[in-house]
Amino acid sequence: MAPVLELRGITKRFPGVLANDHVDFTLEEGEIHALLGENGAGKTTLMNILYGLYTPDEGEIYVRGKKAEIHSPADAIDMGIGMVHQHFMLVPVMTVTENIVLGAEPTRFGPFLNLREAAEHIRELSRTYGLEVDPDAYIRELPVGVQQRVEILKLLYRKADILILDEPTAVLTPQEVEELFEVIRSLVARGNSVIFITHKLKEVMTIADRVTVLRQGRVVGTTTPAETNEQELAAMMVGREVSLVVDKAPAQPGDVVLTVEDLHVLDDRGEPAVRGVSLEVRAGEILGIAGVQGNGQTELVEAITGLRPPLHGHIRIKGMETTWATPRRFFETGAAHVPEDRQRDGLVLSYPVRDNLVLNTYYKPPFAMGFLIKEKPIEENATRLVQEFDIRTPDIYTPVSNLSGGNQQKVIVAREFSRPIDLLVASQPTRGLDVGSIEYIHRRLVEKRDQGCAVLLVSSELDEIMALSDRIAVMYEGQIMAVLPAEATTREQLGLLMAGVRPETLSQPVETVEES
Amino acid sequence: MTPTTFDWTTFRHTHLRRERVLGVVYLLMGLLIWFLFFPSVEPGAQAKFGLNLVTAVKPPPLPDLVVPARGTILLVGLISAFIGGYQLARGFRDPQALMGVVLILFFVAFIVWATAGKSFNLTGMLASTLLRATPIAFGALSGIWCERTAVINIGIEGMMLSAAFTSVVVASAVHSLWWGLVAAMITGGILGFVLAVLAIRFRVDQIIAGTAINIFAVGLTSFLSSSWLSVRQDLNAAGNFKPIPIPVLAKIPIVGPIFFNVNIIIYLMIGLVILTHIVLFYTRWGLRMRAVGEHPKAADTLGINVYFMRYVSVTVGGVIAGLGGAYFTLGSVGRFDEAMTAGKGFIGLAAMIFGKWTPIGGFIASLIFGLADALQVKMAIMSVPIPSEFLLMAPYLVTIIVLSGVVGRAEPPAADGQPYVKE
Repeated sequence: MAPVLELRGITKRFPGVLANDHVDFTLEEGEIHALLGENGAGKTTLMNILYGLYTPDEGEIYVRGKKAEIHSPADAIDMGIGMVHQHFMLVPVMTVTENIVLGAEPTRFGPFLNLREAAEHIRELSRTYGLEVDPDAYIRELPVGVQQRVEILKLLYRKADILILDEPTAVLTPQEVEELFEVIRSLVARGNSVIFITHKLKEVMTIADRVTVLRQGRVVGTTTPAETNEQELAAMMVGREVSLVVDKAPAQPGDVVLTVEDLHVLDDRGEPAVRGVSLEVRAGEILGIAGVQGNGQTELVEAITGLRPPLHGHIRIKGMETTWATPRRFFETGAAHVPEDRQRDGLVLSYPVRDNLVLNTYYKPPFAMGFLIKEKPIEENATRLVQEFDIRTPDIYTPVSNLSGGNQQKVIVAREFSRPIDLLVASQPTRGLDVGSIEYIHRRLVEKRDQGCAVLLVSSELDEIMALSDRIAVMYEGQIMAVLPAEATTREQLGLLMAGVRPETLSQPVETVEES
Repeated sequence: MTPTTFDWTTFRHTHLRRERVLGVVYLLMGLLIWFLFFPSVEPGAQAKFGLNLVTAVKPPPLPDLVVPARGTILLVGLISAFIGGYQLARGFRDPQALMGVVLILFFVAFIVWATAGKSFNLTGMLASTLLRATPIAFGALSGIWCERTAVINIGIEGMMLSAAFTSVVVASAVHSLWWGLVAAMITGGILGFVLAVLAIRFRVDQIIAGTAINIFAVGLTSFLSSSWLSVRQDLNAAGNFKPIPIPVLAKIPIVGPIFFNVNIIIYLMIGLVILTHIVLFYTRWGLRMRAVGEHPKAADTLGINVYFMRYVSVTVGGVIAGLGGAYFTLGSVGRFDEAMTAGKGFIGLAAMIFGKWTPIGGFIASLIFGLADALQVKMAIMSVPIPSEFLLMAPYLVTIIVLSGVVGRAEPPAADGQPYVKE
């Protein structure tokens, strides 16, 4: 029998980049086929071609043995291809039903919507596939896990049977990931076929029937989880042997550098985001903050780094009160910040590398004399840092917007790490980076710790938290659920805490490290 | 974990302070009503309100409404003060909605005060309110069609002005008001399409594109009108649409003369309010419009053509603005004068925002602006001792208060003003 889907020799060029280079890919009926690759390997490009968002320069697509011309999402939908995008495509102010039927609305008396019939149909679908959701709820009131169910229902409503899931686990807790996997299994059990895009090796090993690895736009190989292991997949993905563990010596904690006391912070909408967080970070240790995105980590970091005034509580750096500090005062205490959104908060994209490297020191000697900027020291500084931190850029005058994500992050790391610092606040420092850059950043973080710097690491990647931290604080709904020693903590414990299960109710008692 | 010393319930209470403030405001409004209006009214003076409108269709006449001025002001102030007091002591479930009630009470007191010892034709003023609200409502509807698909149309004023001009010229030339109306719609439609091309195809800043249309329209119509229409007076004499009484309905007292004995353009406006409401909230097209305005990419991934939706909606918005332009000429005076739209297109945009981007809300907001306008004229005639400029200011003050978010915040469509770039 012909495969449900076959891509032959797909090639897509963007100016200066070969995003897909003669990619072959087949999807058999009822299988879960993982598409593994680093960011920028061409996974999303390939799927966007399949979904009609891009037109390939070369190559052919066959759906159920027949050659298919896909020029728009509408064509793809007609052929039974559906895609759950990494960033959800939902209208927050509309209901679940309205979002699901959009573009395929049931009508009566001509153009009039028949939403009641649609809601009934959606209820039926959600019962069949175990995707519990209230059709009349508004999207903005739903947690991300449920929003994802709505996205999947959107595909099922259109009777899509080739389902593309683009990095579907990025925003989920470990428990929600488990639930999602259950749903995926029930989908294939009912004859659907699934393409699962990811860069997480563990997920591939758990869920996939087959896996195809992409690297720099090319297919490196196709295999099955039974025939391979994580180490081998990582090597295929990166193109060389990579170490999946971070080497680090036991921490030697010194004096307390950062103290946060009963901190309360509001989010942009004026709702409480951080509710009574207290923590301490000592010199020479990494305190990791684990948690699903949107549980107040962003606001906590913004409050500490002076980007968001807290409502109540205290922040002290080396004993100095910095509760209402401006970002400049924060930096001048000898603290550094690697922000979550590097393009928004970390860099001025249109500025050259040279200027981005002095964004928080340009006003001080040796870069300035009074109110005058001195070009020469700035350029010397840039040349030195580009070399030292291995920033891949044509020259120091290139705008950082032209650099890859990994190199943009290196610019920030170079700027922050080259100053004498005692405290480092790093938020999602490796988000969206390739494995090579991740290794690099990880090594630098541990190095800073070993030099006696206090490091506060916020990350929604559990693996990263577990690999780097000496102690782990789990944040849930604006509160610290527990602070645990890293070596004695399991993924399962963290997962439960991240989902809001109180430490005292965990079957296996968790030792809570008291702050005071 | 250290126990928190911060009390969220106290914090919540400080947020509740706003509701206390509203209570105090309502209470003060009550006192204001007494102090402003009560002392200057003669004891025993009566306010006489006429309810009959002299028109061709005569509904059964109603007796005049006569109320004791002082008593009414006292009562109305008392109600407002009571609302404020109750809000302070116990609290209403939706204290903000009461703002409308209190404002109406204030308005009633004001009218009674102004009419004390005189007579005032209430139906006449309400009829004039609808007339003055009509171009504003067209502006609001035009704005809704554009902005619901996320294209800001600041050029409504210019579209109205251009349409007002062409409608008169065409109607005068071919001696047909209907062709004039068609010309107005085409003019508006073309300008709407131009805006769409600038905003969608060329991604010009939408505020600048709209402003360009306004400046272009003022310049061109003023030039043509002074250099050409002043010579060819025959092309600036179109006449106007006459009121069409609707059988039976026109005979209903008060409501009949106001709503059911007006000209075709006003009927069209009321029809468009209802039609837009139905289209926007009950049809496939409306659902897609709203999706395109809120999250164009989501709509795109579901196979909806974002650009097509925007082109069509903005062009329709232009056609509606064109109808609004025709109202100035064919719907009222029958001739074109320079800059005769006098900012009504902009006020229409304010009404759209006031009405939270909904057709019915926009219509009600237009009526409020129209009322203020009508009242101002009436008060000037009744020689009320308030400069009419202050009366004119009132609706704009209300708009500023609304837009600043004191009385509930109006949320525009999420993608409003942003061009959509397909990857």
